Amino acid sequence: MSGYPGLSQAELIKRELFLKPEVLLGDEAVALAAIQAGLTAAYSYPGTPASEIMEYLLRPPADKRGYFASWSVNEKTAYEEALGASFAGKRAMVSMKHVGLNVAADPFMNSALTGVGGGLVVVAADDPSMHSSQNEQDSRYYSEFARIFCFEPSNHQEAYDMTRQAFDCSERFDIPVMIRLTTRLSHSRSVVQPQPPRPQNDLRLGQGQDWTLLPVNARRRFRMLLERQKDLLQASQASPFNWLELNPQGGGLGVIASGLAFNYVQENIRGLTEKPSLLKISTYPLPEDLVRKLVDQVDRVLVAEEGYPLIEAKLRGVYGLPGKTLMGRLSGHLPAQGELTPDSLRAALDLKPLAGFDPGQLDLAGRPPQLCAGCPHADTFKALNKALEGRPGSNVFSDIGCYTLGALPPYNAVQTCVCMGASIGMAKGGSDAGIRPSVAVIGDSTFGHSGLTPLLSAVQANTDMTVFILDNSTVAMTGGQDSFASGPALLRIVEGLGVPHEHIRVIEPLPRNHPENIRIIGEELDHRGLSVIIAARPCVTYSSKRRG
Amino acid sequence: MPDRNGRKQDIILAGVGGQGILSIAAVIDNAALEEGLCLKQAEVHGMAQRGGAVQSHLRLSRETIWSDLIPRGGADMILSVEPLEAVRYLEYLSSAGIVVTSSTPHLNIPNYPELAVVLDTVRRAPRSVVVDSEKLAREAGSSRAQNMVMLGAAAPFLILKEDNLRRYIEALFKPRGEALVAMNLKAFDLGRRAASS
Repeated sequence: MSGYPGLSQAELIKRELFLKPEVLLGDEAVALAAIQAGLTAAYSYPGTPASEIMEYLLRPPADKRGYFASWSVNEKTAYEEALGASFAGKRAMVSMKHVGLNVAADPFMNSALTGVGGGLVVVAADDPSMHSSQNEQDSRYYSEFARIFCFEPSNHQEAYDMTRQAFDCSERFDIPVMIRLTTRLSHSRSVVQPQPPRPQNDLRLGQGQDWTLLPVNARRRFRMLLERQKDLLQASQASPFNWLELNPQGGGLGVIASGLAFNYVQENIRGLTEKPSLLKISTYPLPEDLVRKLVDQVDRVLVAEEGYPLIEAKLRGVYGLPGKTLMGRLSGHLPAQGELTPDSLRAALDLKPLAGFDPGQLDLAGRPPQLCAGCPHADTFKALNKALEGRPGSNVFSDIGCYTLGALPPYNAVQTCVCMGASIGMAKGGSDAGIRPSVAVIGDSTFGHSGLTPLLSAVQANTDMTVFILDNSTVAMTGGQDSFASGPALLRIVEGLGVPHEHIRVIEPLPRNHPENIRIIGEELDHRGLSVIIAARPCVTYSSKRRG
Repeated sequence: MPDRNGRKQDIILAGVGGQGILSIAAVIDNAALEEGLCLKQAEVHGMAQRGGAVQSHLRLSRETIWSDLIPRGGADMILSVEPLEAVRYLEYLSSAGIVVTSSTPHLNIPNYPELAVVLDTVRRAPRSVVVDSEKLAREAGSSRAQNMVMLGAAAPFLILKEDNLRRYIEALFKPRGEALVAMNLKAFDLGRRAASS
């Protein structure tokens, strides 16, 4: 079955249903490729820049899809669901933002040992320059860490083609395969030419001795994974997605480029008087033979890669490249942090900046993101700030979501934002260390994602802290996806975890309730034990979408 | 004027999260595809869409486009739904580039500079077209149509056929009813007329 259930492959070809080129986001190119690769099940948790993969999969009505797709409560759950579908012999995909893979790291690492039934593709979308993230970690290290295969596309067609191939690769080598995206590809649009769809796999269950990672099985499976490394290297070295163009004169400059950085190199290459030798890297493990061929031929090597200097560090090693100059992010020829640009590559290639219009010195007022007009979080922060007045030594630990913007003026209401669910654990640790009052602020979806376990921990200790759950009944920052822990369900979860009934308070953050809300918050701040205050009011931006 | 023969145009779309610059991009993308051009269009999603500065790099060409981002000094056009946001990307403008911007400030920050200074800076660009998008959008039926007013104002300077732009405005708003299609087309026409006069 394909994305067009009920039609045979021959019929699809006849009707040219898949042959139409489409303008797609990089994320959407991956999603379309997965469908046409015979996807049976896909899972994700919303996170920029990966959200649009699942958004695309969810676009057709559920009964017309021909595959299962849904948001999961968090990335670890999403990964395990995809792994279960793979165990059943079916092709599965799990997609997430880079830091989501930290959450899913446990099943991810171990799935390299279990191997796969049906092809399992894990899409990690990195966010260099942290456009909408708390760090810019590079997921290629995770693929190395797990010793699996990784594709890194440079453009939309490659995103499509590599995703198609990733499923085959996963089944061929019995490992999960990573697609590594970065923001500028995930969120850029271009034309994609799709290929004929492939049917879904038949149901076929995995073998217990492969999938039960008792030490006796795990040791055997790990040895098999290690033995497979030479095959992975060989496949990478033979992949047509990697290619080398040597300057026949030899000497001079050689450029090794991957991902988006490859595009910036190509953008500038025609400006060079002497054409450098060029190696495009698209797969990992790093195709070492191609790297050696390039380095042997040239005097200077520039490594251009988006994210961390993974390739450059391998070339540098401990001894460097004796007799040759190695340039990249480590050497300072490219910036050590942040995403690359056509301009940073111009500089690294010794080209002058374009002679454009010179606007002179501009002193521009910045325009940071902010809470929407009428946002319920604004009313909660105003009431919380008021209630905390006259309580020196208080601290508000916050979390990942729109409400993180409460850190900015005019609210200046929160002092931390670390990772999904950290607010509650950190508020407990802060309280244990003596902070009074110790306050946590977390959204409903983030609470569902990673807030239950730290709250259970605080219940057992009856920690002196006040937890705010801001229930706007949606995942607002990423575009209004459904929340797993909202409304009456959220209340039941909090009660079920054992928070004392009299210290579960529900407020409606509205200007007209301001004095009453300050009073309730004050009472719970005074309570020398655990309190949970649920501030419930639908998101002003996405509530209409949810009702519609 | 853009190079209609060479058929290459690099455009920075700018505005504030929520002003609908991605709708402008969607119309241009589809018109370009219709005309057989290559295109790449980098967008901003996520946090900045909450009322922050947003921009999109839109590149059209007859030949292969490599970079998703436009180099500084390489933009043929800055098309902005907000004047301060037009100024924010001036360093991207080429030495012969044009700025097409709304004169209507979006005042959601406490330190917004004096509007006259902002507009003077816009007019220092090699070429500029400043349009009162709010007034024209209201005339068309809703201040939310400012994005289509600005697309209309840019139309005479784009390498795309106006018919194709109109066609994809229709396609974009059709799912939400004929009234919205008519209103946005009117906004487009008012913007184009204002830019041509």
